[in-house]
Amino acid sequence: MRFRFDVLVSLKDGLLDPQGKAVQQALPVLGWDNVTDVRVGKYIDLVVDADDSGIALDQVRDMADRFLANPVIEEVQIELRKEASG
Amino acid sequence: MKPRVAVVTFPGSLDDADAMRAVTLMGGEPVSAWHADGDVLDADAVVLPGGFSYGDYLRAGAIARFAPVMDAVSAFARAGGFVLGICNGFQILCEAGLLPGALIRNRSLTFLCRWIHVRTENPSARFSISSGREILQLPIKHGEGQFVASPDALDRIEGDGLVALRYCAPDGTLDDRYNPNGSLHGIAAVRSPEGNVLGMMPHPEHAVDPDLGPTGGHQIFQWLFSSAGVAMLAATGA
Repeated sequence: MRFRFDVLVSLKDGLLDPQGKAVQQALPVLGWDNVTDVRVGKYIDLVVDADDSGIALDQVRDMADRFLANPVIEEVQIELRKEASG
Repeated sequence: MKPRVAVVTFPGSLDDADAMRAVTLMGGEPVSAWHADGDVLDADAVVLPGGFSYGDYLRAGAIARFAPVMDAVSAFARAGGFVLGICNGFQILCEAGLLPGALIRNRSLTFLCRWIHVRTENPSARFSISSGREILQLPIKHGEGQFVASPDALDRIEGDGLVALRYCAPDGTLDDRYNPNGSLHGIAAVRSPEGNVLGMMPHPEHAVDPDLGPTGGHQIFQWLFSSAGVAMLAATGA
């Protein structure tokens, strides 16, 4: 079966996110002066062939820990989006 | 005997030729190592040069660390071999877990290309860059050179004396105005606890030829050659 995952990678909370800060500073200029925090991260869309969703999720977790994110600076959210067709 | 220094070329490496030339100018024998070969060619020391290996895709250094040559570099480093990572090479060493911390986007969000000053730190550490405090003038050219680590890791880096270079004013004083990229504690270079792996954002290979400008790179290559020589002698029992 095929499973589709959303992998969201963002800088850890304690770390200054220069991109997020730059976006936050630009927002009041455009009229939005009520945004108190902005973090900019990465979105990775994965389709995995596996026998069941649990196996697929374990594999994606392993990919995230070892490669997709750097645990020194980043944290990851993994969501099973849907069973991909085919 | 001339130290034999392997300079690794990844797809997207830019400074491999300059690093080879710098090794020659400093009296060493450069050999070119290819990313797809699992071999550091019986070298006495290894240089991972600057550039944008694999296009910096995902994160700078994230894909290069899985190149076949990195297995050989890791084994070489674990056996006590001397490895110098410059700029992208530093990023690769952090991704590979051979050095602590990580490098993220400069706090200015801009690519920086200019001459800066750094000072040598922890002179009493084993295999330190210099036995006293030296101020070196070197160029930087990077978009992702802001050194970061978790608070615990940063405490260990400072406590264990792993900071090798810090950005400083021309007279050597520490001042955040002279910290070009926002690195924590102004850290420009870190070493491994054993002292044989050094990663730095400034470029010593662009600062060795007096006809072209300052020569702050001499100290770094002298460190690499002399440390590798000491390790070689120890290994052969001479």
